[in-house]
Amino acid sequence: MATAAKKNSVKPLARQDENGIPPKRLEVLKTYKIYIGGKFPRTESGRYYKAINKDGGVLANLCLSSRKDFRDAVIASRTAFGDWSTRAAFNRGQVLYRIAEMLESRKAQFIHELILQDIPASAAETEVLLSIDRLIYYAGWCDKFQQIFSTVNPVASSHFNFSVPEPTGVVSIIAPEENSLLGLVSAMSAAIAGGNTCIILASYSKPLCAVSLAEVLNSSDVPGGVVNVLTGKASDLIPYFADHMDVNAIVICDRGADVTRLVQEKAAINLKRVTIYDQINWLSDDGQSPYFIMDLQEVKTTWHPIENIGGSAPGY
Amino acid sequence: MSPTIVVNLALTHLIMPQKIISAQPDFSISPRVDQVGIIERAARFTKRSIKNETKLNGLLLTLNMIDLTTLEGKDSEGKVKQLCYKAIHLHDTYQGLPTVAAVCVYPSMVKTAKHALGNSGVKVASVSTAFPSGQSSREVKLRDTKFAIDQGADEIDMVISRGRFLQGEYNFIYDEIATIKEACGDARLKVILETGELGTFDKVRKASDIAMHAGADFIKTSTGKISPAATMPVTLVMLEAIRDYYYKTGRMVGMKPAGGISKSKLALHYLVMLNETLGEDWMNNQWFRFGASSLANDVLMQIMKAKTGIYQGKDYFAID
Repeated sequence: MATAAKKNSVKPLARQDENGIPPKRLEVLKTYKIYIGGKFPRTESGRYYKAINKDGGVLANLCLSSRKDFRDAVIASRTAFGDWSTRAAFNRGQVLYRIAEMLESRKAQFIHELILQDIPASAAETEVLLSIDRLIYYAGWCDKFQQIFSTVNPVASSHFNFSVPEPTGVVSIIAPEENSLLGLVSAMSAAIAGGNTCIILASYSKPLCAVSLAEVLNSSDVPGGVVNVLTGKASDLIPYFADHMDVNAIVICDRGADVTRLVQEKAAINLKRVTIYDQINWLSDDGQSPYFIMDLQEVKTTWHPIENIGGSAPGY
Repeated sequence: MSPTIVVNLALTHLIMPQKIISAQPDFSISPRVDQVGIIERAARFTKRSIKNETKLNGLLLTLNMIDLTTLEGKDSEGKVKQLCYKAIHLHDTYQGLPTVAAVCVYPSMVKTAKHALGNSGVKVASVSTAFPSGQSSREVKLRDTKFAIDQGADEIDMVISRGRFLQGEYNFIYDEIATIKEACGDARLKVILETGELGTFDKVRKASDIAMHAGADFIKTSTGKISPAATMPVTLVMLEAIRDYYYKTGRMVGMKPAGGISKSKLALHYLVMLNETLGEDWMNNQWFRFGASSLANDVLMQIMKAKTGIYQGKDYFAID
């Protein structure tokens, strides 16, 4: 990785050289916008904050998303849910694989952004490569977890009784502050691999990769609304992530006991499925498992009347 | 066919015999509409900030102005009964909600709806005159209307013959509306212009003038079967026609935008436009209606959001 190896070549948004002389060409800076329903709007609130690295350098202006942005994202998610959840599992796998392909082709940019956000070059490269591999991992699970976690249940009546996992619905995800790319990708892939749609709140202090990932999603056959990405303050948004009646599950990563308690209380209003990921090492093998998919599944059990149990003996 | 009235010419009636003039104006001189001006003006109404108590009152008023509508080939008695139940019990967890204004159905479903609504005060509106195309004979349209009235319809939503209108046969349209109005008796008549098929604001204005002069109690934008249906600019053209007619004759005419209004925010924009064009006298369901089916649930969700502070999901509201 040429970009990653030459750490010194990374210049955060230089507008002038060491002597204070402006460069011949002004760099074109990217506007980091939020991602709702397959589009990149600015926040409805018009508010923004500055992402700053540890030396105090300004990296970018980021949207300070409001509850209305979240509400719009829920509507987009709900609209997308029908199509996404009823697609063939194999097709969902293809789409996840496609995300990985797109990310692979742009990995230099992601490594660069991580380095801008104070991640050492080698760690940045590891995180991006692992993120790509994680997408491949969940792409593979898309059409496999369902038969593994389905059961045929022994019952004492004349029924063929079986249970299958089905997607919970719209999931709101509070991504971890650290591992701003890998943690987000891990939580997101497990959610959408299982047929859910999601709204993700990106890391506040390291938000660049989340927005760039949205651009990757937008060019990788992921239908608009399946993944929505917001940037902004967790304290502003978490109450709404937790109490919106049209959200069916919430995933919350590394937010401490007080916030977790608040989420659990508010989620109880419509019995949201609450999943808490504290202290998960996303870089290790513990950071990936089909059980992450199962965290966001509902198990449906069907009782199908039959004449015989077992089939060998007559039922009368 | 055209009715005549006797007009006293105030200064001259003492010395001149009373003069009989036609009440039917020359529709070829209906005012022209400034298209750019109307669109800009309509866009202004969307900029008002309506919050808190005002918003809640606006939402409750919107609910009370809705003509809850089902106009499908697959409508069955069960579906209509369900809709009527919804009309009376919008969302029972919220005490003191108003009912909708009316239920709007096909003539064959009027009896079912009338029975289901009982004495709840919710009216039954029936479409008629070979809805939605209106492509039939005068005789069939009259019988269609009389059938709906006999079944107990309180209101009739008729369509005009857009083909004839576009051919320039304004007298035909006038006579058509006047004939149906006569057949309606006490039932109030809403005249659907189907603005999506008229093409220009000038024609919408002309059709509005014809309908009002021919006796319409309401003018209505659309059947809901043609796109575009109700838009704010086209509704504004019709509201201004109503205003001008009111100034000229002193008779109030109602307005019903229908089709495509499914969000409560948009409904509030319409109410702002109504208030600033026709004034408070029109701000009730006697003179203004929304023709809609999915609007009711969106308004209910907003009302529950205002009450609980929590964004709502459609899983918790009745489908119809």
